[in-house]
Amino acid sequence: MGNYLFYAVMIILLIISFLKDKQKTKKALKKAWKSFDNILPQILGITMLVGILLAVFNTEFVSSIIGEESGWFGIILSAIVGAITLIPGFVAFPMSDMLLKNGAGYMQIGAFISTLMMVGIVTIPVEIKYFGKKLTVARNILAFIFSFLVAYIIGKVVGGI
Amino acid sequence: MNLIKKYRFFLITICVIVITILIDKNMGLKALSVAGDSFKQMILVIPPIFILLGLLDTWVPRETMVKYMGEGSGIKGIILSIILGSAAAGPLYGAFPVAAVFMKKGAKFSNVLIFIGAWSTTKIPMFLFEISALGAKFAITRLLVDIPGIIIIAHVLSRLISKEEIIKIYKKIENMD
Repeated sequence: MGNYLFYAVMIILLIISFLKDKQKTKKALKKAWKSFDNILPQILGITMLVGILLAVFNTEFVSSIIGEESGWFGIILSAIVGAITLIPGFVAFPMSDMLLKNGAGYMQIGAFISTLMMVGIVTIPVEIKYFGKKLTVARNILAFIFSFLVAYIIGKVVGGI
Repeated sequence: MNLIKKYRFFLITICVIVITILIDKNMGLKALSVAGDSFKQMILVIPPIFILLGLLDTWVPRETMVKYMGEGSGIKGIILSIILGSAAAGPLYGAFPVAAVFMKKGAKFSNVLIFIGAWSTTKIPMFLFEISALGAKFAITRLLVDIPGIIIIAHVLSRLISKEEIIKIYKKIENMD
């Protein structure tokens, strides 16, 4: 639904832009194409890589390593799995719900969701292209560390541990 | 030749999938179908982002961006960065080109980082979905920890990276197209 909203906003703005200034709109579309073309090869590669990773890290596999008794080891593993994979939210949240029902702990799921959203090992090449190596690596490391705090608080508040 | 170099990474992943199919047909086909799904998702999200970016780039004057998100935009800039990032849809890699245009237009470095942080983790559509899947307690706790976390990470990062390095990143983005 959110995705179609994007298209709607885009089309409305594009029409307004076109009515106001044809030349500028043309320039805008050219710019759009240029930056799209710039990033397309990486995105195609990432898409395929995500497919490979998700085929390996399926729900059974994930739930086998991050059970409630898995403790800190499980939390670290969940954080690593979240950092490597790139699962869209609308898949990840129901999947996490299922994992919780299958015995995963709240801290583990908190770590998994947090690194999944904030850390992107797979997208690092894209990030480096824009922001350089140093910032990209620093951002991902900080986000990874921060995810343990998120996991801890979620475990305390939601899991009541 | 250039085209092959450009799509090198994509070609390698295709080879890996083909090899996987040869070794374990089920796993390989599953990989392919997941890739197909995320490709569909990408087609839904990416084109409008880039067209909106093109419009932003040509219509919004630099002064406007500097005023609202530049140096000296203070708390207003921080809040705006969080709202803009949270209103987004799509995966994190969609945030990078948007952030690049913000930087080109003179947004402050820490605000750009806050924007990326918000995009990564406090997206409103995702938040609603998170509530329905994992419960309000889980989603709200995460949101409340994440908002200060994003701001702190942004500030630590802008301290960690030297002034020269930041200037270099801005220059690199300036020259990108």
